[in-house]
Amino acid sequence: MTALLPRRGLAQILALIVILAVDRVVSPQFFDLRLQDGRLFGSLIDVLNRGTPVALLSLGMVLVIATRGIDLSVGAVMAISGAIAASLADSHGLPIVLGAALGAGLVCGLWNGFLVAVLGMQPIVATLILMVAGRGIAQLITEGRIVTFSSPDLVWLGNGAVLGLPVPVAIALGMLILTGAVVRGSALGLLIEATGGNARASELAGVGTRAMILSVYVWCGVCAALAGVIAAADIMGADANNAGLWLELDAILAVVIGGTSLFGGRFSLVLAVLGALIIQTMNTGILLSGYPPEFNLLVKAVVVLAVLLLQSPKFAGIAGTAARLRRSKA
Amino acid sequence: MKGLPPVLITAIVLVAGFALCAMQFPNIASTRVVGNLLTDNAFLGIVATGMTFVIISGGIDLSVGSVIGFTTVFVALAIERWGVPPLVAFTAILLLSAGFGAAMGAVIHVFDLPPFIVTLAGMFLARGASFLLSTESVPITAPVYSTVSDFALRMPGGGRLTAIAIIMLVIVIGGALLLHLTRFGANVYALGGSRATASLMGVAVGKMTVKIYMLSSLLAGIAGIVFSFYTSAGYSLSAVGVELDTIAAVVIGGTLLTGGQGSVIGTFLGVLIQGLIQTYINFDGTLSSWWTKIATGILLFAFIALQQGLVALARRPVRKSAGATS
Repeated sequence: MTALLPRRGLAQILALIVILAVDRVVSPQFFDLRLQDGRLFGSLIDVLNRGTPVALLSLGMVLVIATRGIDLSVGAVMAISGAIAASLADSHGLPIVLGAALGAGLVCGLWNGFLVAVLGMQPIVATLILMVAGRGIAQLITEGRIVTFSSPDLVWLGNGAVLGLPVPVAIALGMLILTGAVVRGSALGLLIEATGGNARASELAGVGTRAMILSVYVWCGVCAALAGVIAAADIMGADANNAGLWLELDAILAVVIGGTSLFGGRFSLVLAVLGALIIQTMNTGILLSGYPPEFNLLVKAVVVLAVLLLQSPKFAGIAGTAARLRRSKA
Repeated sequence: MKGLPPVLITAIVLVAGFALCAMQFPNIASTRVVGNLLTDNAFLGIVATGMTFVIISGGIDLSVGSVIGFTTVFVALAIERWGVPPLVAFTAILLLSAGFGAAMGAVIHVFDLPPFIVTLAGMFLARGASFLLSTESVPITAPVYSTVSDFALRMPGGGRLTAIAIIMLVIVIGGALLLHLTRFGANVYALGGSRATASLMGVAVGKMTVKIYMLSSLLAGIAGIVFSFYTSAGYSLSAVGVELDTIAAVVIGGTLLTGGQGSVIGTFLGVLIQGLIQTYINFDGTLSSWWTKIATGILLFAFIALQQGLVALARRPVRKSAGATS
């Protein structure tokens, strides 16, 4: 069980390479990179940059799903934190803006975690509440308007560059390393997987399952809030109606593509982020190919179905039987 | 013990809410407002009836909003661009949506996948397909449409019971009868109670799963047609997010999201409560429409917490008596 690249990541890496190759065919300049004003530009960088919000969401989501849960509220949390960041940006310094926005994400995560871990609600139901109400709360903060700002600090978060990389990409990378170091550098990841595998058995074995569940929802909330701040900084404004709309579904999709089972018990951070990149590479490829972006949804649907079928134990059983039949005939 | 207490609570909330609204705005207590309430929420009532079956059986259907959107676009294009007679277009889309639901049910059962993620794929698929058909809003000018939207039964007090409201009421009553009086309905409860037990009792689990999702998508198709009557247009972005309103209505109506308990009547009351909140906000005029979402969220929380409490209460005596006998 290495944290870096487990062998089961081969399928995802191959998929990414295939999609990249298709993108290269569609758009010959796909791999071109150039350095301008200390920042790299090019389609590849664009994929990384655009993929950042979903990658951040999937970092939190993968831990939640590993405990056999799900968090539908991440899109709404993005809207809330973006609204807070945009409202405070021009009157307060960056630390306060970030603190307030991430604090809101933490509170949202605590609320979700409380409902699931303490009240024992089904995760889908518990997080549905915030998914429905959250966008209303975000509207409350922006008073129904699209709040714009010009604070250079916050704009830098969305459009600046660090060592040639766009700041959002650097942040996502940092979060991946931080999360990986915390959950895989300690026994935490194992305990989370144990909770998802069998919460009751883990509880009896002395794992603090409630604390585990509570903390993964909190982390998911914080990641979503960070994604919301970056999304707001990117467009220099907060649109409570559309910020993070349907991104919870993309995040779940990224986690599923990354091979993490929806039934909990095992997870891979790196592969979840890879899943987010696969989704974004497809999106960008469709855009570059000149097909209408409406194809996105269709392609996504087909990919979800394909991945689901491949993961399904029943499918493996049927395919295995078919293969055996063919072999016995031959 | 068929979940009567939650339904009663929903009814009390609705009556109390209506009384409160009527106290503040006496005009709300008129058949005109009630008629509009039924008309404006007709499509929601229809689709929520189907969702009730799915949720009682222990599943969930996220694709309904997209199916409504696809239906409006398909119907509009078929009638206006392809010159198909409206009745033929309606039949075609209902067959198509029923087939779509059956396919989702089959995938869920055969491959043993979570309904949540399969219907999520269905949601992407249906929405994507409607985008492919047309990204513009297509107005429908067929004479049937004006006939249907002009038709209304006069209620005392000047209210209008429109055709689409009547369709909704018929479907709600039909759904309630189907759920509570037939073998099919009993099987739906059995599936939600426990799949394994239902299977051992002789319920054809696979067939039932297919039928339940077929029913849900079929009703979503009908809701789509009703929606196109309501707006006289087909638009690929219509009914975005309706799946959430629908699930909220079902939960507020006292149906357990874990399955096994619930009723169509409760769902209907849940739809009316959501409509009432919207009506109140319209009457008030100073509140923005996003208060609907917050109020719905609060109601959702209240009802789920209540159910959680009821479930906990129901479990406690069992444990005690088990302790006494041992």
